[in-house]
Amino acid sequence: MSIPPAILAEGVQKSYGKTRALAGLDLVAEAGSVLGVLGPNGAGKSTAVRIFTTLLAPDSGRVEVAGLDVTRRAAEVRTRIGLAGQYAAVDETLTGYENLVMFGQLYHLPGAIAKRRAHDLLERLDLVEAAGRLVKTYSGGMRRRLDLAASLILAPQILFLDEPTTGLDPRGRLAMWALIQELARTGTTIFLTTQYLEEADQLARQIAVIDRGRVIAKGSADELKAQIGGERLEFTLAPGSDLNSALEALRPYQSGEVQVDAAERRVAVPVTQGAQRLAAMVRDLDAAQIALADLSLRRPTLDDVFLALTGHTATETKSETNEVDKPAEPQFATRRPA
Amino acid sequence: MNRTLPVPMERLIPLKRPALYWALADAVVVAKRQIRQIPRVPDELITAIVQPVIIVLLFRYLFGGAIHVPGVSYINYLMAGAFVQSAIFASANTGVGVANDLKLGLVDRFRSLPMAPSAVLTGRIFADLIRNTVVILVTWGIGLLVGFRPAGTPVAWVAASALVLLVSFVFSWFSALMGLLIPSPEAVAQAGIVWLLPFIFGSSAFVPVDTMPGWLRAFSDHQPVSLMMDAVRGLLLNQPNTPALWQALVWCGGLLIILILLSVWVYGRRTSR
Ligand SMILES: Nc1ncnc2c1ncn2[C@@H]1O[C@H](COP(=O)(O)OP(=O)(O)OP(=O)(O)O)[C@@H](O)[C@H]1O
Ligand SMILES: [Mg+2]
Repeated sequence: MSIPPAILAEGVQKSYGKTRALAGLDLVAEAGSVLGVLGPNGAGKSTAVRIFTTLLAPDSGRVEVAGLDVTRRAAEVRTRIGLAGQYAAVDETLTGYENLVMFGQLYHLPGAIAKRRAHDLLERLDLVEAAGRLVKTYSGGMRRRLDLAASLILAPQILFLDEPTTGLDPRGRLAMWALIQELARTGTTIFLTTQYLEEADQLARQIAVIDRGRVIAKGSADELKAQIGGERLEFTLAPGSDLNSALEALRPYQSGEVQVDAAERRVAVPVTQGAQRLAAMVRDLDAAQIALADLSLRRPTLDDVFLALTGHTATETKSETNEVDKPAEPQFATRRPA
Repeated sequence: MNRTLPVPMERLIPLKRPALYWALADAVVVAKRQIRQIPRVPDELITAIVQPVIIVLLFRYLFGGAIHVPGVSYINYLMAGAFVQSAIFASANTGVGVANDLKLGLVDRFRSLPMAPSAVLTGRIFADLIRNTVVILVTWGIGLLVGFRPAGTPVAWVAASALVLLVSFVFSWFSALMGLLIPSPEAVAQAGIVWLLPFIFGSSAFVPVDTMPGWLRAFSDHQPVSLMMDAVRGLLLNQPNTPALWQALVWCGGLLIILILLSVWVYGRRTSR
């Protein structure tokens, strides 16, 4: 018998009244893998997490977690999963330690084990000093860590993390990433949603991009980047240089649609074999008497992928009533060269 | 901190027991959480206690002189209404707590655990019963202080108090249902009570119903809160009112069954936000 996938979703639909949150979602996460689900606000990420964690019943479609149907065998699913939702779900009026013991008891661990496990997790998540303090006094990052600790009580096979770093400062984010990477190393299947492209790239081998309740692309970060082809030559024109002659000069190298931010005088030209041909491109620009304020060659980011796939960037907030797909406007992923 | 070895993975296995066992054991865990909160969020208990004190003093001294009830002193008449009314008001906290748990996402966490689903509500309501017992005791204290003199036997007084506690139990479930249905905790605090005001004041609580216009009296005579108050009053003043007592108990039982089933059903479907 082959090992069933840790998470399997087929044609999952879910509406809240008239709002269609999931419109036929298909996802597979192999046991022991990290699946990153990337999508903008309102894409349906949290809805998917709620369905996979038995909180919400799908309107239609098949969902199996750990090989078990989530609607019919919810109780068994619950002993195999851990959930850290989008907002830290811990009791403010209890201490960190009291929270973990309470959740341990509600996981039906014997009292003594629940207490020892609470100590273990507080240590592991670097909360020993705060263990006896009311959660009310915790910082956002500490709450998140406590919330993650609560989801780890049973050392679950499958962990659901809904935007685990949203609202954290850069240090908190790095700490959370390290924890997630360590969990992944020890074989936990992780289902991770995020709005940060960089985060999916860092943590997940497999990425599913979702928009309006559907997967619109999937693959590894590299595969997704390959979908929009090659590197991009990005430059800012110095005052006085002509945009059209610059584009003309680069036409022979161009391998895809050029993005122009006219106001900022910034241009991104997709090119192939950029590194080898960089010198030639610069020479041709120079010959056309184009002066540049800056120039860089970079690999496409997932932001570019998102823009290419949906016509809007991932970080751009989109109105929920926007039903009609607008044609991709020549807008620019605002990303400075690293 | 003690330096024991980490719990080995194979010990992290949930215990297997019958569902009924977990319904109780999980409720105890949740109740302990609520009881811990009482001293940490003292304003809730304080408000619940101040409320009957104000009602008793206000009616006793401000309106008491103007209201004459044949056959009993006004304070003796008033107390049954004060008991039931304070118990209902105190119960409104249940729903606010439920709504807060929803808002903070705690309900999502609870629902993702293999715990008994009913326990989140029953545990909270057990704990609220303890708080409401304190409220009832305080109401006794302030009443006795300003001249309340019950008649009959202590057994009947205990029975009256138990009936008030039962009423608070019923209304805690009502409040829990409001907490599950209304999205914001602030709105729950308002709405949970607003529905009940006609029942609390359109009753025999503060004035005998025979002073009311006919239509109000018809409502007042038959609505459950009045019946509960009449039953409590009968027990406190040694004027046994058997029909009211029975009807009150039937109302409590019927409401409880409906409210519990409905709340647990809604809880199983409710997610945060
Ligand atoms: N309880 C609810 N009632 C009504 N509509 C809802 C509810 N929860 C979500 N929605 C709607 O369903 C859609 C998907 O929401 P969901 O929370 O799954 O998105 P998300 O990808 O998690 O977004 P975010 O990044 O903002 O967390 C949105 O349009 C949202 O407004
Ligand atoms: Mg979300």
